[in-house]
Amino acid sequence: MAVIDARDTIEPRPVATQPLSVLGRVHPAAWLLAVFLLFLPAFASNFVLTQLFGWAMILGMVALSLMFLAGYGGMVSLVQLTVAACAGYMVAIFGTSAVDAISLKWAWWVAVPIAIVIAVIFGTISGALSVRTEGIYTIMITLAIASGFYYFTLQNYTIFNGFSGFNAVNAPVVFGVNWRDPIPFYYLCLFWAAASFLAVVYVSRSPFGLALQGTRDNARRMEALGFNVTAHRIAAYAFASLIAAIAGVLLVWQQIQISPGTAGVGPVVDILVIAVVGGIGRPIGPFIGAFIYVVLRTFAVDVLEGLGLDGKRFQLLIGLGFLVIVLFSPDGVLGLWSRFKDRVLNSNSLRPGGGSA
Amino acid sequence: MPTTVAERLSAAGTANALDLRGVTRMFGALAALVDITLSVRPGERRAVLGSNGAGKTTLFNCITGDFPPTSGIIRFFGEDVTSFPPHERIRRGLRRTYQISALFTGLAVIDNVYLACRGVSRGRFSLIRPRRDDGLMQSALDLVDAVHLTDVKDRLVSELSYGQQRQLEVALALAGAPRFILFDEPAAGLSPTERRELVEILTSLPKHIGYIIIEHDMDVALRVVESVTMMHNGRIFKEGRPEEIESDPEVQELYLGGAHGGGHG
Repeated sequence: MAVIDARDTIEPRPVATQPLSVLGRVHPAAWLLAVFLLFLPAFASNFVLTQLFGWAMILGMVALSLMFLAGYGGMVSLVQLTVAACAGYMVAIFGTSAVDAISLKWAWWVAVPIAIVIAVIFGTISGALSVRTEGIYTIMITLAIASGFYYFTLQNYTIFNGFSGFNAVNAPVVFGVNWRDPIPFYYLCLFWAAASFLAVVYVSRSPFGLALQGTRDNARRMEALGFNVTAHRIAAYAFASLIAAIAGVLLVWQQIQISPGTAGVGPVVDILVIAVVGGIGRPIGPFIGAFIYVVLRTFAVDVLEGLGLDGKRFQLLIGLGFLVIVLFSPDGVLGLWSRFKDRVLNSNSLRPGGGSA
Repeated sequence: MPTTVAERLSAAGTANALDLRGVTRMFGALAALVDITLSVRPGERRAVLGSNGAGKTTLFNCITGDFPPTSGIIRFFGEDVTSFPPHERIRRGLRRTYQISALFTGLAVIDNVYLACRGVSRGRFSLIRPRRDDGLMQSALDLVDAVHLTDVKDRLVSELSYGQQRQLEVALALAGAPRFILFDEPAAGLSPTERRELVEILTSLPKHIGYIIIEHDMDVALRVVESVTMMHNGRIFKEGRPEEIESDPEVQELYLGGAHGGGHG
């Protein structure tokens, strides 16, 4: 199972004779990570829970929706954060916020499902507009939709409240728990991040997921096997939009506000950076990328100022990191790791067969 | 145009498997196919021969809908499929293989074949993973076995040898319930042993499955067909039984003669 393809997209099924193929089953490191994440609130501060891990898991979900489209479907969509922001805006508009003139103050169990449905419809329509294009044109169309949404929310005051957007968008109190309190909010994010991750892993081996990977490898052959490639790609957008929409609801609760800047062109591109830095070939990659991004954004300012530099230069650090990763490892941090692992294993023992370069 | 199942069935009883009427395909000013009229009976097996650029692969692309014809009509078992997208033709029982293998290199062998089986049945959008006793998974395993790839069924396609990829290419075209198959140079690049296996696979196909095969290797082509169509410069040049074509002086001059030695792609 040496790395053959730069787009090391899926773990091949476990084969008994190959010692490395435990990736298909649950890796011991995954258990360790699960236990760590479950017990994190026992010793972590509120800041670490919501501003580091909570935020990283939300951005990770948005980037995961991009990874699903790009890694399995070969479609690089820049509209995923916009779909999330759309859901966030809808929560503010149908639910409660400080903007009394616009917010309808419906109960959360009405507002949230409506918000998700509207965002999924928006994402699916964006997909339908872009699936007939390839490569750079997909990026351009989705970027155009994203900036269109940004400028529309910036200039529309009757629905989106223009530049200031909505503040005091509070998470609901359910079962006597305020879900924006750090520990409940952390578990809420953890639950949905884990659910989206497992859903993507599961679906990648379902007929729908396999067919999506087929359209990525050879769309023309998929047509010649009886698949409607266009319909399949649009359905993939719908699935990815659902994940992005759930993330958007969490995002607006985490930030307690939403404004056009939430999904400006900068943040929209950051999602692509997150997914690529983490590794676009596997569902865990976007979460790794999001964690690195959040840590850099949070601490780079202090580090830079400690070194006597301007703290506003943290973007430079992120940009440099992106450059280094893309130059040395097209498949992200995950690719660096798997190459390192292969090198260590190869030096320990010559593995039999299978290792064509 | 027959639209109901009953109409389609009654048409299928009498109609030819494939009927082309005046099919022409232009690429800009270049005529790749000129006024092709061709009928193939259900279950008939036919070779299409011709030098490079004769229009053989373009003919296949028009029949499957990869490129629509510029003019003309294509009927598949009596149904006018000229304006159908490829997947609609495939779901009606048409299959094809590609001259240059068109496989899913990022997926395992078994997943390639499973996709082929899934493509012509329900549940293409299913989010539920197939279970071990899944019927389609069973037919996929049987197909993998039929083309002698069971040993490598869990390997990624990118890891297969060239010959194995050609065998997989054939397996994808046999999935589901094919009624008519287009084989585009299935033997290209195969070793003599692999060629024998291919001939065995082709001759052992159920009698009701007809096919058209494009093949430069006469040993393969003339052993697995009952009729031959010669093409030249986008036109049909001669039709007949294999022996007739083989002994035809014009054909020998044009195709089997010396000018052919340069190798073909």
